[in-house]
Amino acid sequence: MTKPESEWTWKELPVGNVVLEPGNASEYRTGDWKTFKPVLDRELCIHCGLCYIFCPDMAYNLSAEGYFIADLFYCKGCGICAKECPTGAITMVVEEEEK
Amino acid sequence: MEVSIAAAEAVKQANVDVVSAYPITPQTHIVEHLSDLVANGELDADFFCVESEHSALSVCVGSEATGARSFTCTSSQGLALMSEITYIASGLRLPIVMIISNRTLSSPLSIWNDHSDVMSIRDCGWIQFFTENGQEVYDHVFIAYRLGEDRDVLLPVIINMDGFTLSHVIEPIEMLEQEKVDQFLPPYQPLHRLHPDRPVTMGAFALPSIFAETKKAQEFAMLSSMSKIVETWKAFGDLTGRYYKPVETYRAEEAETLLVTMGSFGETASVAVDMMREEGRAVGLLKIRLWRPFPFDEFRRAALQAKQLVIIDRAVSVGGPGGPVASEVKAAIYGYDHRPEVYDFVAGISGRDVTPSDFIKMVDKAEIEIEEGKRDGYEIYGVRE
Repeated sequence: MTKPESEWTWKELPVGNVVLEPGNASEYRTGDWKTFKPVLDRELCIHCGLCYIFCPDMAYNLSAEGYFIADLFYCKGCGICAKECPTGAITMVVEEEEK
Repeated sequence: MEVSIAAAEAVKQANVDVVSAYPITPQTHIVEHLSDLVANGELDADFFCVESEHSALSVCVGSEATGARSFTCTSSQGLALMSEITYIASGLRLPIVMIISNRTLSSPLSIWNDHSDVMSIRDCGWIQFFTENGQEVYDHVFIAYRLGEDRDVLLPVIINMDGFTLSHVIEPIEMLEQEKVDQFLPPYQPLHRLHPDRPVTMGAFALPSIFAETKKAQEFAMLSSMSKIVETWKAFGDLTGRYYKPVETYRAEEAETLLVTMGSFGETASVAVDMMREEGRAVGLLKIRLWRPFPFDEFRRAALQAKQLVIIDRAVSVGGPGGPVASEVKAAIYGYDHRPEVYDFVAGISGRDVTPSDFIKMVDKAEIEIEEGKRDGYEIYGVRE
């Protein structure tokens, strides 16, 4: 979408409310649903990628330095990555109000 | 020709691509005949044998979304089962056409005719016609497709025909030559459709921040379809000589009392009106052909000058303000200084016969009681005490 949903007027909606732009769900921020955010301890990380594999929202991306980092724009804070991390490198911490 | 067969022949002539329906009394003959037409090669369409009415309309939603002209038909419990999908078809603005062979909703179980089935989906967002005879059913199949598929409309359309009273009656039907149908009904050109070359999403989630806007847009489309409905009827009339109006009047001029009916009751009521006019009584008849969008202006033009309106409803709104037609009529005339009194009868539910003399009795009762000062009269007619 070219602008947030909350700014659309009824006259601008496509007939039948079809979404004409494929893949535009990527513009939708689900990151503001979370209470806890994952924080990675790079000392403990073994680069196994289990966080990347288990993340139900595909929020993890491989960084240039070789670490899997959660994109907080999408991360809903479910904590599955922290649960699955074999070395305990990921901890869930309360996210401060700063979005 | 049996009216159900005529309806199926019209669907064939409308050259639909998909028929998806589940048989239910009294709609069965329509589906059976369409099944024959597809099987013997007279109609080049996909016929989907589905396991329920919920699936029947779901298939139509899918096929219509790909740009295929689609048809379904049902009755009573079948309509109740597909009711969820009726709202989806209209929200997605898919111009499916459905014939409802109107039948009572259970319980008690009944196969006979009234309007309780369609009233259960009154607000589902489809354009809704009520027909009075077989010719109107046949004609409205073409009218419905042309209207619904119009780029300025894009709404699904329901054609209501009374179960048995119309569906199983043999009537002379004036059929259209195929060239005339093709001239009136161009091939469907969908505005948006599911196609891999240009992917779109239909039926996406809407948050509270945008939902109200979607409903406003949908209601605007429904309200603005009125001029297209009139225009489509005019074009059909110019082609065939058969002109239709949202509210038909019969001997309504100078009438003090107006009967108001919807569906096949119109024909019987017109006989009653003739009998009363012969006695010198100022009684006329209004027949509501268009139920959604409700023709408020046309109705007021036809009704406001009368002293009283005797509404014949064919469904009970249990615990409500009377039958659904009376409810709409009262809303239409509310706030007008010179407005008629309304007396509402629920009559002929579950197919009980209502004869011309019954209509006369209802008019008598309403006229007397209104004269005596009764307001908002309402009763289920003919109930044994």
